[in-house]
Amino acid sequence: MGSVTLSNLRKVYAGGQEAVRGVSFDVADGTFCVLVGPSGCGKSTLLRMIAGLETVSSGTVAIDGRTVNDVEPADRDIAMVFQNYALYPHMRVRDNLAYGLRNRKTPKPEIETRVAEAARILGLGEMLDRYPRQLSGGQRQRVAMGRAIVRKPQVFLFDEPLSNLDAKLRVQMRVEIKRLQRSLGVTAVYVTHDQVEAMTLSDQLVVMSAGRVEQVGTAIEIYRRPMTRFVATFIGSPPMNILAGTVEPGGIVALPEGGRVTVPAAAALAPGTPVEVGIRPEEATRRAADGASLRMRVDFAEELGATRLLHGKLGGQDFIVQTQLLDQAADGDAIGLSVEPSAVHLFDPGTGHRID
Amino acid sequence: MQAKRVTFGGTALPLALLAPQLAVTVVFFVWPAVQAVITSFQREDAFGLKTEFVGLENFRDLWADPLYLESFGTTMIFSAAVAVSALVVGLLLAVLVDRVSRGAEIYSALLIWPYAVAPALAAILWAFLLNPSIGPLTRLLRVLGIAWNYNVDGTQALILIVFASAWKQVSYNFLFFLAGLQSIPRSLLEAASIDAAGPWRQFRTIVFPLLAPTTFFLIVVNVVYAFFDTFGVVHATTGGGPGQSTTLLVYKVWKDGFIGLNLGSSSAQSVVLLVIVIALTAVQFRFLERRINY
Amino acid sequence: MVGGRLGSRLLVHAILIVGIAVMLTPIWLAFVVSTRPGSDFMTGDFPLWPGPDFVKNYRTALIDGQPGAGLQPVGHMLWNSLVMALVIAAGKIAISFISAFAIAWFRFPFRVAAFWIIFITLMLPVEVRILPTFAVTASLGLLNSYAGLTIPIIASATATFLFRQVFMTIPDELTEAARIDGAGPLRFLVDMVVPLSRTNVAALFIILFIYGWNQYLWPLLVTTEPGYETVVMGIQRLAQSASEGSPYWHLVMTTAILAMLPPIAIVLSMRKLFVRGLVETEK
Repeated sequence: MGSVTLSNLRKVYAGGQEAVRGVSFDVADGTFCVLVGPSGCGKSTLLRMIAGLETVSSGTVAIDGRTVNDVEPADRDIAMVFQNYALYPHMRVRDNLAYGLRNRKTPKPEIETRVAEAARILGLGEMLDRYPRQLSGGQRQRVAMGRAIVRKPQVFLFDEPLSNLDAKLRVQMRVEIKRLQRSLGVTAVYVTHDQVEAMTLSDQLVVMSAGRVEQVGTAIEIYRRPMTRFVATFIGSPPMNILAGTVEPGGIVALPEGGRVTVPAAAALAPGTPVEVGIRPEEATRRAADGASLRMRVDFAEELGATRLLHGKLGGQDFIVQTQLLDQAADGDAIGLSVEPSAVHLFDPGTGHRID
Repeated sequence: MQAKRVTFGGTALPLALLAPQLAVTVVFFVWPAVQAVITSFQREDAFGLKTEFVGLENFRDLWADPLYLESFGTTMIFSAAVAVSALVVGLLLAVLVDRVSRGAEIYSALLIWPYAVAPALAAILWAFLLNPSIGPLTRLLRVLGIAWNYNVDGTQALILIVFASAWKQVSYNFLFFLAGLQSIPRSLLEAASIDAAGPWRQFRTIVFPLLAPTTFFLIVVNVVYAFFDTFGVVHATTGGGPGQSTTLLVYKVWKDGFIGLNLGSSSAQSVVLLVIVIALTAVQFRFLERRINY
Repeated sequence: MVGGRLGSRLLVHAILIVGIAVMLTPIWLAFVVSTRPGSDFMTGDFPLWPGPDFVKNYRTALIDGQPGAGLQPVGHMLWNSLVMALVIAAGKIAISFISAFAIAWFRFPFRVAAFWIIFITLMLPVEVRILPTFAVTASLGLLNSYAGLTIPIIASATATFLFRQVFMTIPDELTEAARIDGAGPLRFLVDMVVPLSRTNVAALFIILFIYGWNQYLWPLLVTTEPGYETVVMGIQRLAQSASEGSPYWHLVMTTAILAMLPPIAIVLSMRKLFVRGLVETEK
């Protein structure tokens, strides 16, 4: 029922600024879809176009197979949770939840049932007669979700709903949102700039940059096989290391100041071709420095508890290695590294596209 | 005049919502103002049968009319006196109330009474206090050896309307100065105390400069008040006299139009007043812009 | 600066008390006079404390009048003032509220023109267009009517701009949430904008009530018959006859006290709101 289909969607503002530059993808019914990208990439505009809060310059938005370009937000059968919650400050929680239903002329007993239901699901029972200003950040967040739930919409839209919460609460609410969406089985489109949120919540991940979709897939697909250098560095934390190098015969890429990496995909390229090599910090393994194909000088180490991050220079370029707690490397040490050829990504330095 | 980022669609609804305001404005503000300007270039013949276009003659006559020039001068002196006295007293009271830790609430509650009193009523109260035969202040002055009769002495009549007009404006200025003083961060004054600045020096070098925007704003407001809201003060007490000594411009425009029925001259006077308001409004808005940058 | 020596503190209080005494003297003496027979202050020392005739004087002023001296009872003038002040305050708020709503939440042709027309009223007080405004009002048959007393001065640029400023602080997300909840512009106006602006409306109401109550020149022009006189302008004729020697100063002052009572009562009972309104309208 609640699928979302975007076809060649564009948004050009009056000033000529193009926020969304031709976006197409489908969100299947019941899927949790996350739009992620840096600020200004057009993800929020895209969400607001689905909601009907922004007009569509060209292309189509369809919800459940029905084109809704010219349908009022109220009639699109969607519900939206805003970044600042947008609770009506002069209404009690109960009235905040019921407002949309009342405007739809839902019968009174039905409204009461739905409000009670939403309050039960979200644990808002005791807060129904309070005003928003009397609630904590997490409680307001729940009310905002409650307002969406009572509507029983086909699609939930979330616009960075957790960014106003502190770190601990954010993790907790993230889990709650996911659980809620599962139990209601409703389609969700969720916008965030936080790639951890994006990875953990999504059934379907859409990475955006500069008004375009870079890649669509599951979180794991995108993590394992980023199709562009942008996606490779945006998804994953700490970000993937990118090293400039030159192709040598036999599927080898040579780095400028010594060091060689074996990349199967490079075998198909002419020797001398400039390429970029991507290695995730967690895929580089410590080796003895002597005789290692890659050597890095450690500038400093960051302790993260379970792991350590070693920052340094490899082949004259910045490089980060994630190692285990027991690793002993100290500042100034020279360490050796090795990487499984299958874990090395290759990108075209001109287009940023993946080379397979 | 920006709109919200999020707007509603439609043209008919906003125009309908604006209609009452625009209708009243056009019918009772814009149209009469245009009429005043047109009439100021016309003159009626002695029997009121014919009007003819006379160009700037009405204005030339005004400029040649010693009574009008005198009224102009009176208004200037009056406005300056009202603004200065109301500002000085208002500031003094505000500084004092700001300094007391106990009773500030009560003091300010008592000091805002006069604001609620209409200018014309204020004038009647002061006219009674200074009534030549029975006024209590008149008796006090007599004890001091001052012969007081504003019905005869033009200067005294002017003093009367200055008092009556400034009195209620003191309350207004007091409120704004107090608000201005209370918005000055305490830490600034504490820093000054540490720098060993005495109270007077603190006031001169820190408080007063920080009050400058408030002061400037109040000067404009007080001058506008003295020019345009004091008709009742004159009309309810001196009636412009004795002689012409308290004939302010706003009183004269009314008298020449409604009593003297001199339409051309009254309209020309209206236009002069219009120019003054526009100038004052412009000053006010220039200042507003600056205040936004603060 | 805060605190200071005891001596200087006492001095500050002393100056303040004297200042307040001077500021309130006119009102106090008017009250004193309003409680005494007219003969009490014609000769001898001026009384400084209230006398025995409080009830008598206020009764005379309000209900009986002084027919022999041509003094009408002022009860109906107070009523006219009340009607005028309430209609002006409520009318200005209503008209300006919806204008500001239109200017803030819509983009439509002539929006800028409408803004300028409203802005112009700031520069056109009655005094600068006195004869033609009277002529228009007369030709519309509005002389000697409540409509004539109120409608011609019911437009307000100040109130419109104040409300617009208040509206600009209402978050856009609230409008969007309401849209998703199925609220059209009018429903949004009633359900959201009005309740969210309640305090501003109340503060402005106080200021405009006082403004309306204290009108002088306009009622003077529009009322050519006694039936529609307001107390603030009507008292002037009483005062005129008293200052010409008739022994009715006590009734003039009684009327003056009655005329200033409503605005003073409002200012004092809602002081916080009043100060807020005052500061806001001047922004």
